[in-house]
Amino acid sequence: MIRAARAILRKDLLIELRTKESVPAMTLFTLTVYVLFHFGLDRDALEGELASGVLWVTLLLAAIIGVTRLFAAEREQGGIEGLLLAPVDRTALFVAKAAGLFAMLVAVELVAVPAFAFLLLRPGIGGALPELIAILLLANVGIAAVGALVSALAAETRARELIVPLLLLPLLVPLLIACAQATEPFLRIPQGPEDLGRWLGLLTLYDVVFVLVSLAVFDYLLED
Amino acid sequence: MAAIELDGLERRYGERVALAGVSVRVEEGQTLAVLGGNGAGKSTLLRVLAGLLRPHAGRALVLGAELPGERWMLPGRIGYLGHEPLLYRELSGRENLGYHARLHGAAPARVGEVLAAVGMDGRADEPLRELSKGMVQRLAVARAVLHDPELLLLDEPRAGLDPAGAERVEPLIGRESGRTRVLVSHDVEGALAQADVVLRLKRGRPAGEGEELYR
Repeated sequence: MIRAARAILRKDLLIELRTKESVPAMTLFTLTVYVLFHFGLDRDALEGELASGVLWVTLLLAAIIGVTRLFAAEREQGGIEGLLLAPVDRTALFVAKAAGLFAMLVAVELVAVPAFAFLLLRPGIGGALPELIAILLLANVGIAAVGALVSALAAETRARELIVPLLLLPLLVPLLIACAQATEPFLRIPQGPEDLGRWLGLLTLYDVVFVLVSLAVFDYLLED
Repeated sequence: MAAIELDGLERRYGERVALAGVSVRVEEGQTLAVLGGNGAGKSTLLRVLAGLLRPHAGRALVLGAELPGERWMLPGRIGYLGHEPLLYRELSGRENLGYHARLHGAAPARVGEVLAAVGMDGRADEPLRELSKGMVQRLAVARAVLHDPELLLLDEPRAGLDPAGAERVEPLIGRESGRTRVLVSHDVEGALAQADVVLRLKRGRPAGEGEELYR
């Protein structure tokens, strides 16, 4: 399973490096939205709940782009059939797609989060960087698990651009709440890690539940 | 032992019947030619035999696997060459075949062998989007035989190939490959010349004796 997952992931990353279809679009989207907030709210700086909400809602909306494109090459070029014909555990496909989406989210956040801090944030995030990285990584695991599942579900439908956000965003609401609540204390003055452990625990629980659910049902999504 | 045994096979797409009442027996090493006009159900039949589509009624035994329940026995044993090459346009031929070799657990050296066999070793590092249709078809043939399958399912395997290309792939997918084959082709004479068993389809059903297939 690991061998196949590595082969699929390597292929996906190679295609993304060549086509540059997802990561640049997601990154540009987040930067554009932060600029829009900058002018739309007519404020040079945000803090607290508003800052946290803007950060996370924008990142989740950007994830939709990646999720919609996640199975694009398989759908358009017969990759699923190639996989079904090979002696490969279908779980490998889920693991590879989720890992690929995780990597794309990390790449986007490496640009988007500093840009957010520069464009919109008053207190700065330097002091809370380790905590913020932990929240981002846990969030990415959850988004990757749910995203790979939703993307596979929508892959064979004609209206996938519509179905992906309709399915993905409601499933991400608990994750959004946990991320926004966990991040908010670090984005206000004075900073303080209130209830961080509780929200990280909730994020971890979300990740575990959705990874297990996705592993359990993914096989059936590829059935005729 | 029969490599393929179908008895009253049926497959539908929603309400539309794509295949019905299809019965045929193909022994190991034999070639089954499937003839019929557009929409006759030929490609659907290949996809059912490959385990990509479920049969909805009747019996389908492929390489000892009773479909759909034992579909898990088929992956890695079938070389499927359909309408799509099942290759990625942004990757080179070598990268595509290397990817499939890893999925099938084939030795990396096998990639070079099949590339040479289809005459694509000289252009193996160019992305597929820069190659002609015939060259992509040669690579698709290489992909289909990469893992040395027991059964070849071939849907118009020479489509887009020039005479030299067709000659190149013949040892891999022709009779001399020694494999059991199911061959779908509009080249009726060519297919009949290679066939041990013939299945004539019209609108998803076996055609009657002497019935015109292409009207």
